[in-house]
Amino acid sequence: MLEDHAKIAALIHQAGEIAGRKKLQKMVYILQKIGFPFHETYRFHFYGPYSEELTMQLEELCDFGFILEKQTETSGEHYYCYRLTEEGETFLAHTKQLPYIKSIAEKLNAETAAFLELVSILLYFDRLPRKSAIEKAQVIGKDYNQTDMQRAYTFIAALYANKPVGLSL
Amino acid sequence: MVVVTQRFERLNEEKVFKDPVHRYIHVRDRLIWDLIGTAEFQRLRRIRQLGTTFLTFHGAEHSRFGHSLGVYEIARQVINIFKNRNDWDDSETLLSLCAALLHDVGHGPFSHSFEKVFGTDHEQYTQAIILGDTEIHRLLEQAGGDFPQKVADVIGKTYKNRLVVSLISSQIDADRMDYLLRDAYFTGVSYGHFDMERIWRVMRPCNDQIVFKLSGMHAVEDYIMSRYQMYWQVYFHPVTRSAEVVLTKILHRAKVLYQSGFRFRHQPVPLRTLFEGKMTLQDYLRLDEAVIMYFFQVWQEEDDPILSDLCSRFMNRRLFKYVQISKDQLNVDDKLKEAFIKAGIDPDYYLEVDSSSDCPYDFYRPGEEEERLPIQLLMPDGKTLHELSLESDVVGAITGKRRTDHKLYYPKDKVLALPEHSIAKKEICELLHI
Repeated sequence: MLEDHAKIAALIHQAGEIAGRKKLQKMVYILQKIGFPFHETYRFHFYGPYSEELTMQLEELCDFGFILEKQTETSGEHYYCYRLTEEGETFLAHTKQLPYIKSIAEKLNAETAAFLELVSILLYFDRLPRKSAIEKAQVIGKDYNQTDMQRAYTFIAALYANKPVGLSL
Repeated sequence: MVVVTQRFERLNEEKVFKDPVHRYIHVRDRLIWDLIGTAEFQRLRRIRQLGTTFLTFHGAEHSRFGHSLGVYEIARQVINIFKNRNDWDDSETLLSLCAALLHDVGHGPFSHSFEKVFGTDHEQYTQAIILGDTEIHRLLEQAGGDFPQKVADVIGKTYKNRLVVSLISSQIDADRMDYLLRDAYFTGVSYGHFDMERIWRVMRPCNDQIVFKLSGMHAVEDYIMSRYQMYWQVYFHPVTRSAEVVLTKILHRAKVLYQSGFRFRHQPVPLRTLFEGKMTLQDYLRLDEAVIMYFFQVWQEEDDPILSDLCSRFMNRRLFKYVQISKDQLNVDDKLKEAFIKAGIDPDYYLEVDSSSDCPYDFYRPGEEEERLPIQLLMPDGKTLHELSLESDVVGAITGKRRTDHKLYYPKDKVLALPEHSIAKKEICELLHI
């Protein structure tokens, strides 16, 4: 029970503090897409892939006191920041087979939510030729320019290149 | 070219389906009529709309077939209101109707449990049915080479015309309007009702979204409250959730047994590729609830005591009982598992935490997301838009308020049947406060 919750808690722990629900949503999606076994179901919503299941898991982790959700405001925008509590650390200590993804988690966490959103949208359409995926992202997402696209694809390539071989959770 | 013309053809006479929610469902387009006749769409007659809810509300035997027709009918009625208005493109009508009709075509038997155990995804199957080698695909293709992809995009919410997407998926859309009224009707509950026709009449296309005239705000409020009631009174009903837990455990057990080489008395032939993770679209389309219920029936005779017991529980409605759990009780999880093991009850199959959570209405806040598009009210000047919760005190009071409930399910009868002086029984009863 609660194995999937533990993976989310471990991600938050290894990333440090994660600023924003959107960022966390996109981080889990990106990790899932490049092959890390996170099992949350994602659907395409109006602004990219989103998991209602993850929203619920986060809420439960907060209810159980394993992670702390703190609302903060930057430039008039509200964010929910997440970090692991001491009780959360105890919870993780009792859970077997947790992922060790510190380096990739930190790499994702260093990016903005908006950038991770673009990366997620491009990954969502990864079955399409690149040109079509870019067109889709432009139709659905915000006003992304060519530089954004290029940077996102370089980022995706680096994620795949640095993915640990034979990884398992 | 001739074929394309045929696909946009209108039927010589309107066809109608009698429907308990909409009274009549009207079909004028040959393509819609032909889609309804496909094997993939007819299969929806054999898949219940509410899965295991029939074990709680005995009337809830209605199928995804009826719901899909209902969503189509609502989309058709709304488009009739939108016709000839600015912002509505009439050339999108047939596409919208096809998407409404087919939005759930990928659902399988007891979808949510199957998805949990086998990692299947009904939305991916919807896409596969529309884009793959199926009768539905062949019909859609006759309306244009890119038409199947457009239908798939509307359903997948990736279509460029957001207004068309909103018609099928938003916080107040054809899908939700139909399922709330249909599920209320068939379960027999008194909540879940709202004035749908009034809502249709105040809907307006506005740029890339659907908005509602201020004069219809109270009908929209009623819809939001109906949704709230239905979630907590019907969809999250603890008995239904218990049935879902038992069903999930059966599938899990059957999969484990199959993968460990267990010799079933009744070989699950239609489920083989599913257990082996090699299921094709054709295999998936052969599954329906009749097939699954047949195996649950015969598996009661299997030699594996867990599988036969779980199947007997499901077929005879001897479901698990539950206790509310809190953070403190969660911490006893390991102790509870140990006590179950000591008592000879496998916690992997007889213990489950299940959570229900719903947010009745929310709106998108810059920088944050629940990824929900707000419901916008059109002010009397015909131009200004106000977000619903700012105008409505009722909706404002519940906006962004997520309600969550955690329960732990277990077989009380099995626990109570343990020997009176057993230490494990005492421990379990203490931990569960029974």
